[in-house]
Amino acid sequence: MEYEIIIGLEVHVELSTKSKIYCSCTTDFGGEANTHICPICTGMPGVLPVLNKKVVEYAVKAGLAANCSIAEYSKQDRKNYFYPDLPKAYQISQYDLPLCQNGYIDIEVEGGAKRIGITRIHIEEDAGKLMHDENETDTLIDYNRCGVPLIEIVTEPDMRSAQEARAFVESLRNILQYIDISDCKMQEGSLRVDVNLSVRPKGQKEFGTRTEMKNLNSLRSIVRAIESEAKRQIEVIESGGIIVQETRRWDDQKGISYSMRTKEEAHDYRYFPEPDLMPVVVDEKWKEEIKRSLPELPDARRKRYISGYGLPEYDASILTGSKALADFFENAAVKSNNPKAVSNFILGDVSRILNDKGMEAEDIPFPAEYLARLVKLVDMGTISTTIAKKVLEIMFEQEKDPEAIVKEEGLEVVSDEKALIEVVKKVISNNEKSVEDYRKGKDKAFGFLVGQAMKETKGKANPKLLNKLLKEELEKKNL
Amino acid sequence: MFTIRKGIYMKVTKETIEYVANLARLKLTEEEKEKFIRDMENIISYVDKLNELDTSEIAPTDHVIPINNVFRDDEVLDSYPKDKMLMNAPSKENGCFKVPKVVE
Repeated sequence: MEYEIIIGLEVHVELSTKSKIYCSCTTDFGGEANTHICPICTGMPGVLPVLNKKVVEYAVKAGLAANCSIAEYSKQDRKNYFYPDLPKAYQISQYDLPLCQNGYIDIEVEGGAKRIGITRIHIEEDAGKLMHDENETDTLIDYNRCGVPLIEIVTEPDMRSAQEARAFVESLRNILQYIDISDCKMQEGSLRVDVNLSVRPKGQKEFGTRTEMKNLNSLRSIVRAIESEAKRQIEVIESGGIIVQETRRWDDQKGISYSMRTKEEAHDYRYFPEPDLMPVVVDEKWKEEIKRSLPELPDARRKRYISGYGLPEYDASILTGSKALADFFENAAVKSNNPKAVSNFILGDVSRILNDKGMEAEDIPFPAEYLARLVKLVDMGTISTTIAKKVLEIMFEQEKDPEAIVKEEGLEVVSDEKALIEVVKKVISNNEKSVEDYRKGKDKAFGFLVGQAMKETKGKANPKLLNKLLKEELEKKNL
Repeated sequence: MFTIRKGIYMKVTKETIEYVANLARLKLTEEEKEKFIRDMENIISYVDKLNELDTSEIAPTDHVIPINNVFRDDEVLDSYPKDKMLMNAPSKENGCFKVPKVVE
């Protein structure tokens, strides 16, 4: 039987505020254990949390960027559960009145765009880090992350494949980086994805029973976990079993997921309104203020690159797929008269070098203006495209502008006729066989001779002039 | 688990008490369970009295104090010294709070 996979995601994103959500402790990642904590974020009796205004602004930004309606009135609630990652025995979150609701994000899938519904976006606090030791009987806790602000983004069950889920996470991450509310580093846990997944026979209307998978900290593990869990569920159904609604943990090393609770424990969080925190009112004026502060989003930027810079759809999509890459392109393009050539360099050699070095667009060591100047050197005929690639390699290694590199390495195009004629003569006398072939009408031989002459000049010969001179010399010989 | 509907007095069973006790991590004796059945029934029927009133025109009370938007600015201040934070911990190790092993 053919099955359809139904996927909904819950994405937790750590906001890049300086201080925590309810106290003034730093949110810096990687400090010594339990040095970024205070009585408020550890829930000591008698303390009073106060909401960080920036958290509301950032969450509303995310909501607006994801086409949500922003609640004029929202409140925070206590979600009660006993687990030592939360010293208060409850997490402050939002239950029935979240800040943002009913949005969507369009993703690119095979065969065009697809709209993925956003059910809600709410604010909450992160929990501490538990360190389990396999052999020990204890668990050690570092509460530094406790109280770091999070938004939780909940999607509709609109995705139908691992690829769609991946595309959604990529789009979402790109948007959040554009609006600059999170660094979205999956490996550091600042963007975490839980996958809700069920399967149903194709054509069936009702959803099957779903499972939830946690602990997915890379795009690759999301894809693998989805494929593995869909396969597992189908196998259970095919063999006459039933799917149990449960939380499963993905083990990326073993490539399998396993049930997280041996005995079925009720998820009864007994939410109630947080009495220590006042409701949040986002009036029209505040909302408009936040809206005005939003930068251009990836989709709008892509369209502008096509209409404004005349780039092909392909170039525009790849460039705007990463904010850093798009920023770099734009900074270079405005300083150059040839945006397409800038784009070609970025999508070609710059991307290749970044890949080879395992670097991201953020890590490009030279200013975008240097790339514009490199393109100009090619356009003016000072260097050839081949030499430009060489200069680019050097720009990644040394802190020098392209003009300086060209000068120091002596890479300017040689357009000196006298010098080139000497080269041509030398090549002709050294390659009698090819000269013979050329006379017999073999065009290939001419290409070979050009290549030899280029080699002789280390790629610096002005190609047009070289062609002309070589032809002239060969004709002379013919006479 | 509980749904309190208008005019219907909730029947508290032993299972209800055991369920709530489990959520609160409380261990109750049989006598205590019996006692709590009666206590909780009293509490619920008392609260149920409110359902006799027509509240359809009254907005839910999300907060008892009529103040909104109490914020702080996004400013970092010094955290507490680690030793002070760990001072009252019944068990600690390597600068961490230590609890019996939990595996989720």
